[in-house]
Amino acid sequence: MGRSATTKDAHALFHSLRSAYAATPNHLKIIDLYILFAVATAVIQVAYMAIVGSFPFNSFLSGVLSCVGTAVLAVSLRIQVNKDNKEFKDLPPERAFADFVLCNLVLHLVIINFLG
Amino acid sequence: MAQYLGFLVLVVLVLAAGCESAVFSPVLESHRSAALELFSPADGSYGSLEETYEALKTFKVLGIEKKHYITTSSCASVAQTLKSTSSVSKDYFHALRINSILNCDLNIEAFRGTESVLKGSLNGANSLIDFYFSIGGLVLLKEQTPEVDVHLVDADKIFRSIKALGQSDGRWRLNSNNPESSNNAAGLALEALAGVISLATPQIDNSLITTMKNDVLKLFDGIERYDDGTYYFDEKHVGALGHQSPLSASASVVRGITAVAATTSEYLNLPGDKILGLAKFFLGVGIPGSAQDLYHQIDALSCLENIRGSTPLILSLPATVISVTKKDQLKVRVSTVLGSPAPTLSVRLMQIFVSGTKDASVIDQKLKFDAVNGMHVLETLPKNIDVGSYVFSFEIIFDNPEHKKTYVTGGRTRVLVDITGVIKIDNAEIVILDGDHGSIETQKKLKLPGGNDVALSANHLQKLRLSFDLATPSGNAFKPHQAFLKLRHESGVDHIFLVGNSGKKFEIILDFLGLVEKFFYLSGRYNIQLTVGDSDMENSFLQPLGYVELDLPDAPEKAARPPPQPVDPYSRYGPKPEIAHIFRAPEKRPAKELSLVFLGLVLVPFFGFLAGLVQLRANLKNFPKATAPSTFAILFHLGIAAVLALYALFWLKLDLFTTLKALGLLGVFLMFVGHKTLSHLASTSSKLKSS
Repeated sequence: MGRSATTKDAHALFHSLRSAYAATPNHLKIIDLYILFAVATAVIQVAYMAIVGSFPFNSFLSGVLSCVGTAVLAVSLRIQVNKDNKEFKDLPPERAFADFVLCNLVLHLVIINFLG
Repeated sequence: MAQYLGFLVLVVLVLAAGCESAVFSPVLESHRSAALELFSPADGSYGSLEETYEALKTFKVLGIEKKHYITTSSCASVAQTLKSTSSVSKDYFHALRINSILNCDLNIEAFRGTESVLKGSLNGANSLIDFYFSIGGLVLLKEQTPEVDVHLVDADKIFRSIKALGQSDGRWRLNSNNPESSNNAAGLALEALAGVISLATPQIDNSLITTMKNDVLKLFDGIERYDDGTYYFDEKHVGALGHQSPLSASASVVRGITAVAATTSEYLNLPGDKILGLAKFFLGVGIPGSAQDLYHQIDALSCLENIRGSTPLILSLPATVISVTKKDQLKVRVSTVLGSPAPTLSVRLMQIFVSGTKDASVIDQKLKFDAVNGMHVLETLPKNIDVGSYVFSFEIIFDNPEHKKTYVTGGRTRVLVDITGVIKIDNAEIVILDGDHGSIETQKKLKLPGGNDVALSANHLQKLRLSFDLATPSGNAFKPHQAFLKLRHESGVDHIFLVGNSGKKFEIILDFLGLVEKFFYLSGRYNIQLTVGDSDMENSFLQPLGYVELDLPDAPEKAARPPPQPVDPYSRYGPKPEIAHIFRAPEKRPAKELSLVFLGLVLVPFFGFLAGLVQLRANLKNFPKATAPSTFAILFHLGIAAVLALYALFWLKLDLFTTLKALGLLGVFLMFVGHKTLSHLASTSSKLKSS
């Protein structure tokens, strides 16, 4: 009974989360998808390193950090663009997007330099 | 040992045995070929008139035929110089000298003009060079054109003005301003004075001529000397005429005194030994290396050949190494410096000294004169002369006593002669003796000098004895400079022993018991080598004789080690041992297929992202439609793509600085279009909000 209760609760929780998520605006969903994509790429790279060893360690680091870095920047973009966020009410979303693009470019310059 | 008994020990002269025994030979064929080589005309002429004269004079003295085109071109330049109005006395002097050799076909008018210029130059002369050229020119003019009247009226005055430049030590200054005096200037001055005397009408005062003769004798006080009997003049300072070598200074003086000797009526009392010494100096130079030195040498020798009253005669030996075995004969030649035959005389061998000792013997033997070759021959060597080095002392005696006044021979002439011969080697044998009794264990006869290959064996208790006899062709004992026995071990260590002698018998005994330590206790095969040699021994030899197997006791611990043998010095240029470098093992790389699989796997999330975007119905509806904003938008995206492409290029081949430069430019562009695009988007969205 307890088990089925927890499972039911988990199901209920999952459903409510899913419905709440459906309410988010589309552009935030796009950003979330992008974040997911970046993290997935990072995970695959870590799995590869686990299999073949970390010989060109700098290459591994630059690959993983590129994914992680761009994910972090996307998260900060999402925060700034979210209308419900009172802190960034006055910040126009285009400005946030411009920052996102600029920081990504700088990140990727560093990554490419470190790639070797 | 080499006491050639029967010699009387004479008073040792100051000029000890060995010095003053150099051989001087008169001018040879090699001088002619050197002259042709050194005086080679460039473009058909020899350059200046002075050089042309030097070349022509040298060829004339040596008897070399002049080429026709040289004669014509030289004559042409002579004619041109005599006609030209810009010539100075120096040019006339050289031109007239050339003419005296070549006898060019010249116009008498040219000579008249020359005469007036030279007389004018003489009147205005105040330096020695001016006097020399003008007087020299006038003397030559007088010889070549008897029609032209050349005589000096105020000869006394000219004589005195030249004398005024002279100094008390016999040397001359070049002009009254220059205090430096030189022998070279003295030579020029004497030539000029002799010229004045020959041109003067009426005759110059005799007292002046006497002072000139005294100057010549004073000049000889300043002569310098080498140990081998040669005399020469040298300059202490670099004068106005440039640096003078002993050759040019001595040549100048010789020309001067020859000119003086030719003008005076009775013979000039020149010191005979010094004249002979000067002749030997010029001959001792050999073949000079430069054209000018060759000219000085040949010109001076031609002056000495004909010098009035003291003509030097040179005694020379064509060969100073005489072989007793081949029965060579000692030949002596007496000639003038240029090789012309001497007057009738006889050569006597007076004394023979043994080289390196004070022994001497008096011979007093006359040499037979061979008229065909012009040589004096010593038909048989004196009996007590055997193989060795000697100094022969010759004396020249004239058949006509009058010749003593006109020729100079220098008394006794000493010449170093080597008598060589084949040395007989007899009774050569090598023997192994038993230590205690001295009884012979092995005895082998040797054939020396010839090939020998003995095989002996000995132990440390035995002795080895080598003996042989040396005798000269006439049967006397002979002690060579070198008599060595060398034993060389297989490992390369060798030991050298001197072979001693008593009389004719040479013997060496090697007692191995005493030599064990010297041989470093090395047993084994020792190669035997015998060397007997001397500079006067025609059959000197260095022979391997065979080997001896030595059995020596073992070395005790403290014994000396044999010296390390020298490494072949060329082995350092051979290849060195190979170096094996140890590299870090390369990291293990994954299989190619695995990497490609993961490359594909990494791209999967990207496609997942695109699929998700489609599912979310992402669209480009907000893309600006109007021309200007859309352009900026497109440029914005292109700019980002360009930056990413730049990064790709950076990874592939660019370096950081180039990338940063390009990035800077692109960044500025991107900023501009991005600002434009995003501000347009912001304004449209705010318009939407407000509406």
